[in-house]
Amino acid sequence: MSVILPERDRAAEARAQELEARLAELAREIAALRRRGEKEHVEVDRVIAELEARAGELRRELLDLRPPWQAVALARHPQRPKAQEIVAALVEEFTELHGDRLFRDDPALLAGVGWFDGRPVVAIAPRKGRDTRENLAFNFGMPYPEGYRKALRAMKLAEKFGYPVLSVVDTPAAYPGDAAEERGQAEAIARNILEMTRLRAPIAVVITGEGGSGGALAVAVGDVVLMLEHAIYTVIPPEGCAAILWRDAGRSREAAAALRLTAADLAALGVVDEIVPEPRGGAHLDPAAAIAAVGEALRRHLRATAGHPIGTLLQRRYAKYRAMGYYEEQA
Amino acid sequence: MLNWLRRPKYGAVERRDIPAGVWAKCPKCGATVYHRDLVRNLKVCPACGFHHRLRAEERLAVTVDEGTFEEHDAGIVSGDPLRFEGYADKLREAREKTGGADAVITGVGAVDGARTALAALDFAFMGGSMGSVVGEKIARIAEHAVAQRLPLVVFSASGGARMQEGALSLMQLAKTSAAIARLHEARLPYLSVMCDPTTGGVTASFAFQGDVILAEPGAMIGFAGRRVIEQTIRRKLPDHFQTAEFCLEHGLIDMVVPRSAMRATLGRLLRFFGAPHLPAREPAAAAAPTAPPGGAPADGEA
Repeated sequence: MSVILPERDRAAEARAQELEARLAELAREIAALRRRGEKEHVEVDRVIAELEARAGELRRELLDLRPPWQAVALARHPQRPKAQEIVAALVEEFTELHGDRLFRDDPALLAGVGWFDGRPVVAIAPRKGRDTRENLAFNFGMPYPEGYRKALRAMKLAEKFGYPVLSVVDTPAAYPGDAAEERGQAEAIARNILEMTRLRAPIAVVITGEGGSGGALAVAVGDVVLMLEHAIYTVIPPEGCAAILWRDAGRSREAAAALRLTAADLAALGVVDEIVPEPRGGAHLDPAAAIAAVGEALRRHLRATAGHPIGTLLQRRYAKYRAMGYYEEQA
Repeated sequence: MLNWLRRPKYGAVERRDIPAGVWAKCPKCGATVYHRDLVRNLKVCPACGFHHRLRAEERLAVTVDEGTFEEHDAGIVSGDPLRFEGYADKLREAREKTGGADAVITGVGAVDGARTALAALDFAFMGGSMGSVVGEKIARIAEHAVAQRLPLVVFSASGGARMQEGALSLMQLAKTSAAIARLHEARLPYLSVMCDPTTGGVTASFAFQGDVILAEPGAMIGFAGRRVIEQTIRRKLPDHFQTAEFCLEHGLIDMVVPRSAMRATLGRLLRFFGAPHLPAREPAAAAAPTAPPGGAPADGEA
C-alpha cells in the first residue's frame, strides 16, 4: 500500500493565483481604455497592444504552471472534443443502440457497436452536447438510471460475443433528480460497478473530460483505465467539496488542489494506468490530434489484452481494484 | 456524497447524542423517556416508534447473539494519502469522540443462531464515510465469507465516500463491489440492511448489492442529497422522499423491518438461504452440529 504522491507545489499554486488576479486586472484595464478611447477619441491602441502583449506573457506562464484548477477548466472546456465525436472518429460503422428495455432511451448515454482496429467492439459513452440545444437534449451529460442500464445491456452484449468494451467517459455526475432517485440511481450505478468487475469481456476505459464520481465509475471499471492529460477524475466536484468543507463554493480552487484530481495525481495514486498526452494548451486546440492520441493508446492496450484468456484478465482486474487504497495496519 | 450534512438539523444533531443522563427526549415526537427504558427498547421511542441511530457497537450488540462476535481487522487505520488539509485532525477527533478506529466494525458472529460474517458502519465516525479503511474491511470480510463459506450481513449507515481521500475513496466502490461479486459467484447469501442514513457512494456500491435488502423504518436512503436535488429540479421535495418507506414503495428495497424484529428476520433469511449449502444428502436436523461453516444451523445453538 505504498501510495506516494508528490507534494503539492504550493509555490506554483500561489503564483498561479497571483497571475490570474493580475490577468483579470489587465483585462479590466484594457476594457476601460477601450471605453475611454471611444468616448474621448484619444489614441489608446498602442497602450492596449502593450497590455495585451503583457497579458499574453502571463497567460503562457500560467499555462506552464498548470495549477489543478486549470485542469478543471480544460476538462470542462465547451470546445473539448466530445465523447460521441471520439467514438465517431475511432469506431468504424458505428451503429447506435437505444434503450434499456425497461423504461426509456436515455440520450445522455451513448451505446453502440462497430469496428475498432479491425475488431468488433461495443462502445459506451456518457455524452455532453456541443451547444445549448444538444446539452438540453443530453441533459448536460448526466445520465439517468436508464442510461446506466442501457450501458450494461450493451456490455452484456459484448460479453455474449466476447467483444471488447470501449468506454469513453466525460460526465459531471449521475443526474441528481427526483425521478432518477425514484428509479434507483444508486442501484443502477452499484449494479454496473459490480458487473464491470466481473464482465467476461476486455474493458478499456478512457476518461476524456470530467470523471464525475459514481456517475463516471458506473461506466469506468476496466482492465485498463486511461486518462487524457487535462481530464479530471474526482469523488466530488471541487465546488461541492468547498461548500461542504468550508461552506464556501468560491474556494473551489483550493478544493481542486486538495482533491488531487489531475491525471498526474491519479496516475501516481494508481487509479489510472496511463496518461494520454494532449496538444499543448489543451485538446480543444487540436481535437483531431487529441482523438488520434486516444485511438493510439486504446489500440495498443486492446492489442495487449487480446492475447490473454478472459480468466487471466478477470484475475488481474480483481487484483487491480483490490489493491486500491491507502491505510495502515497495526498488529 | 456526504448528504447528511445537508439534512435538517434533527438528523445530524439531536438524534445521535442521546443524553447519557436519566431522561431522554425524542427528537421526533418530543416525548420524554426514561433513558434506561429507551435503551431497553433498543433505542426506539416507546411513544412514536422513532428509531434513534445506533453506533456500530450498539448495532452489533442488539443484533448478534451474546458472546458469539469475534472482531476482524481491528488494527486497520486510515492514513492520509493526499495529505488533505485538516484530515489528520478530523481523524484524531473522530477517534477520540467515538473510541473507534474508523467507520466500520467487521467480524463473525451468530444472528439468531445463524453463523455469519458481519459488518456494521458507524455513522458517528466522520459520517460513516467510506475511505480506504472501510473499503478494505468490507472487502476482507466478504473474502473471508467466501473462504469460510459464510453468509454476509452488512448494516450500512453512511454519508457516502470520504472526500478527504479523493479518488481513492471512489475506488473503494469498485473494490467492495468486486469482493461482493465474488460472494455472489460463490452462491453465498448477502443481506444488506440500510440504516439511517445510507446515501452516496455506499448506496452506489455494496448497500444496493444485497440478495435481500432490508431497511429500518424512517431511514433516509438515496444517492444524491436532498438539497442538491431540490436545487436541480427547482422544487421542494415531499417529506417522505428518500425514506425507507419511499424506497419500498418504488421497488428499491425488499422490506422495512422494525429494530425489534430485525434479529429474527435476519435469522429467518439466513436459515433459508443457508439451507442449500448444507450437505445435500444429510437431513437438516442431523447436519446442524457438524454443519460446514456455510450451513447455518437450523436451531439456536451455534
